[in-house]
Amino acid sequence: MVTFWFLAPIMVAAALGILFARKAVHAALLLAVVMIGLAVLYAVQDAPFLFAVQIIVYTGAILMLFLFVLMLVGVDASDSVVETIKGQRLAAAVVGLLFGAVLVLGVVQVTIGVTVGLDAANEDGNVQGLAQLLFSKYVFAFEATSALLITAAIGAMVLAHRERLTPKQGQPELAAQRLRDYAEHGKPLGPLPSPGVFARHNAVDTPALLPDGTPAESSVSRVLTARGTVRSAPALADDIDELTRAMRQDDTTRDRTGDVDGEPARPGQED
Amino acid sequence: MDPTPFLALSAILFTIGCIGVLVRRNAIVVFMSVELMLNGSNLALVTFARVHGNLDGQVAAFFVMVVAAAEVVVGLAIIMTIFRTRRSASVDDASLLKY
Repeated sequence: MVTFWFLAPIMVAAALGILFARKAVHAALLLAVVMIGLAVLYAVQDAPFLFAVQIIVYTGAILMLFLFVLMLVGVDASDSVVETIKGQRLAAAVVGLLFGAVLVLGVVQVTIGVTVGLDAANEDGNVQGLAQLLFSKYVFAFEATSALLITAAIGAMVLAHRERLTPKQGQPELAAQRLRDYAEHGKPLGPLPSPGVFARHNAVDTPALLPDGTPAESSVSRVLTARGTVRSAPALADDIDELTRAMRQDDTTRDRTGDVDGEPARPGQED
Repeated sequence: MDPTPFLALSAILFTIGCIGVLVRRNAIVVFMSVELMLNGSNLALVTFARVHGNLDGQVAAFFVMVVAAAEVVVGLAIIMTIFRTRRSASVDDASLLKY
């Protein structure tokens, strides 16, 4: 019972977190907490087989499938807060709380007879006992399950399959498209400039500088731009200006052999 | 061990799942709430198996898990198809049949 009182608050809190989490990934991870808690409760209640199945099938397979689809759909697809039906959220909360109160009160008030316990039923082992039931009393349901699983597999294949509506783009077509883009929109024929070609910073999130000092937008990956993690080149350029000024001062104190043009990279100055 | 707290917990989980289905707009989170409801009922089944001293409840919980697995596979495939055509996983966006 100690296990229960330790796990129950965590599970209820995690379940409430599913309700309030803005991001779907957080909801999925909280659901994992609930499911693992349930698995432990199964183990406490003499159901070792269901404990294993809960961990393997639910937390292992189903939840990972959820995360997989979340990644496909887009992690940043957070829930909208706009209500389509007015007052629906409040009404749902009120009705849900009433429903929960009725359910819990009903369950608490019912007198459940003496708990028999599973010691006798689990005498030959829990898995053996389950197997004996599954392949005698519930054998028809078990067979129906196989039909259900095959239907689900075929259904998923049919739904997830996509017909190719346009011909496949091969190398000749891509080359012709590139030339067409060059002729019509003036897009560059060659590869895009590489990022981070910069005296101090040599990283993919730093745009390359054009000869006039402006950053070349096309040199940074589109994904980094969308995430907003691109470092601003002009801000870094200020840094460089200070550096060159300091170097010039150093040079003027010493004997100067020639004008320092450009910014020589100093080892040990990377951040 | 008294079975009542287990049943109360399963009722609470079921209720939270219900509210989640009603409130959330993201189809995937709605699905997660359905899973929460199924899990809550599973806990009740396992508890009653212990109360009655036979394994029928555990077999029922096992079948619920199998059905949930099949349901998730098909449901997520449907969500993927809707997302592909509508670029959104919100349940409010798939409202074309209304008009």
